[in-house]
Amino acid sequence: MTRMRYLQAMSKAVRDEMQRDPSLFIIGEDIQESLRGVTAGLVKEFGTDRVIDAPISEQAFTGFATGAGLAGQRAIVEYQIPSLLYVAFEQIVNQAQKMSLMTGGQVNVPVTYIAPGSGARLGLAGQHSDHPYPLFVHMGVKTVLPSTAYDAYGLLVSAIRDDDPVLFFGPAAALAKRDDVPDEPFTVELGKGRIHRTGTDVTVVAVGHLVYDALALADTLAQEMSIEVYDPRTLHPFDWELLASSLARTRRLVVYDDSNRSCGLAAEILATASEEMTLDAPPRRVTRADVPISFSVDLERRALPSIQRLEAAVRGVMKDRSRD
Amino acid sequence: MTERTSEFYRTIKTIRRFEERVVELVNANEIAGVTHEYIGQEAVATGVCAALRPDDIITSTHRGHGHVIAKGGDIRRMMAELLGRKDGLNRGRGGSMHIADVSLGIFGANGMVGAGAPFAAGAAWAATRSGRDTVAVSFFGDGAVNQGVVMETMNLAALRALPVIFACENNGYAITLSQARSTAGSPVARAAAYGMAADTVDGMDVEAVHSATTSAVHRARQGGGPTFLEFLTYRFSGHHTAEHTMGFRYRADDEIAEWRARDPVELAGGRLNGVVRAAIDAQVEALIADAVDFARNSPAPDPDEALDLLYADGRRARDVAVLDRPISDVNEGAARS
Repeated sequence: MTRMRYLQAMSKAVRDEMQRDPSLFIIGEDIQESLRGVTAGLVKEFGTDRVIDAPISEQAFTGFATGAGLAGQRAIVEYQIPSLLYVAFEQIVNQAQKMSLMTGGQVNVPVTYIAPGSGARLGLAGQHSDHPYPLFVHMGVKTVLPSTAYDAYGLLVSAIRDDDPVLFFGPAAALAKRDDVPDEPFTVELGKGRIHRTGTDVTVVAVGHLVYDALALADTLAQEMSIEVYDPRTLHPFDWELLASSLARTRRLVVYDDSNRSCGLAAEILATASEEMTLDAPPRRVTRADVPISFSVDLERRALPSIQRLEAAVRGVMKDRSRD
Repeated sequence: MTERTSEFYRTIKTIRRFEERVVELVNANEIAGVTHEYIGQEAVATGVCAALRPDDIITSTHRGHGHVIAKGGDIRRMMAELLGRKDGLNRGRGGSMHIADVSLGIFGANGMVGAGAPFAAGAAWAATRSGRDTVAVSFFGDGAVNQGVVMETMNLAALRALPVIFACENNGYAITLSQARSTAGSPVARAAAYGMAADTVDGMDVEAVHSATTSAVHRARQGGGPTFLEFLTYRFSGHHTAEHTMGFRYRADDEIAEWRARDPVELAGGRLNGVVRAAIDAQVEALIADAVDFARNSPAPDPDEALDLLYADGRRARDVAVLDRPISDVNEGAARS
């Protein structure tokens, strides 16, 4: 067991899998020097043929991974900033993701797309601060967003070994978080949520680094109410069963989600819980506003979800009664 | 007259008759939607694919039937796919625009212009990495030279000297936009700027296509890197099956007539004696008729399979139709699970 940061756990997962599977390669921008830190030291160990610096051509290197995948290799594609996923979006959601179904199951595309540093904070402004995971959930792409180093390792290994396209988002605000990670390889199954703290009054579904806020609030309010903190870890496929079992106990729901509000992940969780589960009060969500993030840090904060807003939402949902 | 000459003609004629039959079936509503016919361009697919080995790879376009036939696709299962049937190459999931047979190195027709080009580069690299001398051909049209992903891929392939052939079928029009109105400079000059071999070839003459491709394949297998081949060709009918109903006027009748005078079927057929040609024609007719029979007799897929095959692990998308039940039933189900 080693105590390590989230980013180091991602790095360890990539290294362990490259050692295990000689067909695995990684392609992206500036990954030999490792601008983002995930691929630090990899080129020395695995060579330039398996750690490929790509020109600034996100569509081409994303499709390159698809072609290599169809021809029997396994790929990881790194996007230096999450907005690069917009450039590659067609190749991911309209090509790789649809390949299995469109070919009648002839092939699948074993590619993992990693976006370390998603949802950046503190001054990265309009085009470097998005956290665009709901777009991929919407398109049915397997999408993981772990909050801890342990889960980052286990889910990244599972994503790499998975035979379908998988998006891995590493939240910028979680990359420095430390956790105990076993030295021997292990996996965390895709599609399984995790209850970080059990409670009886309200379930807070917290996504990515927001799990830490939710746990802190649960501590702060412990004398007043019992908060259960649910971390989906995998956003698609979502672990609805675990959420249902949590809500069967608490019957109150707040979703704490670091992405835009309209048609967002929180919207889907609220809708599904309302349709399929029994709640004692209307569910609430705390999300980003539907605006680009401003450069000035005070403006940035105003548009992002915050622990203060979470507290207000939790108190609100505890006061509310079902309307029937 | 050689065996090769008659085989070229057989493939060209098969594509032509297949496409003519497809138009009839679209117009009779036996094939849903529209398809993009390859009529007029048959010599390109035929000549290119004849220069390839079975283990070589192609990526195709929205106008892809000719590529699939020339690469050895089973025309019975192709026709079944176009009719949306269970025995189709893609089990009814792909249709005309996504038709594929990966076992034959056919990495799929594609509904997005130029999108298959990076697959060819990735597959070519994968083969090289595995010690195989496989070549990957990416077919695309003249419109695709203005797609970023194609230019990006040409750069990537040239940088890494990948065994890729960029087969640009220049039929003069990106849907309704002429090359003169869409493309500054020339496609070949763009390719040459990446430092790759690039040439313009008569795309109506299967022998010229085959000869140019053979040289490019040789270069690729020897580690000489990618080649860009611009095949000058023409589509004899509209962008898709329905275009004739739309009253478009973007091509002059004289221009169409000029290109039709160089029909690849006649150019290739003219190299055969009449008896041989007639025998091939009869065989092709029988093949197409058999394919249509096969397709018509194949069952439609079970509608309940609509959510299958998306994930390799057999997981299905959530069945939203089932979720339309009353909430009390759903909750009972949730309580049980």
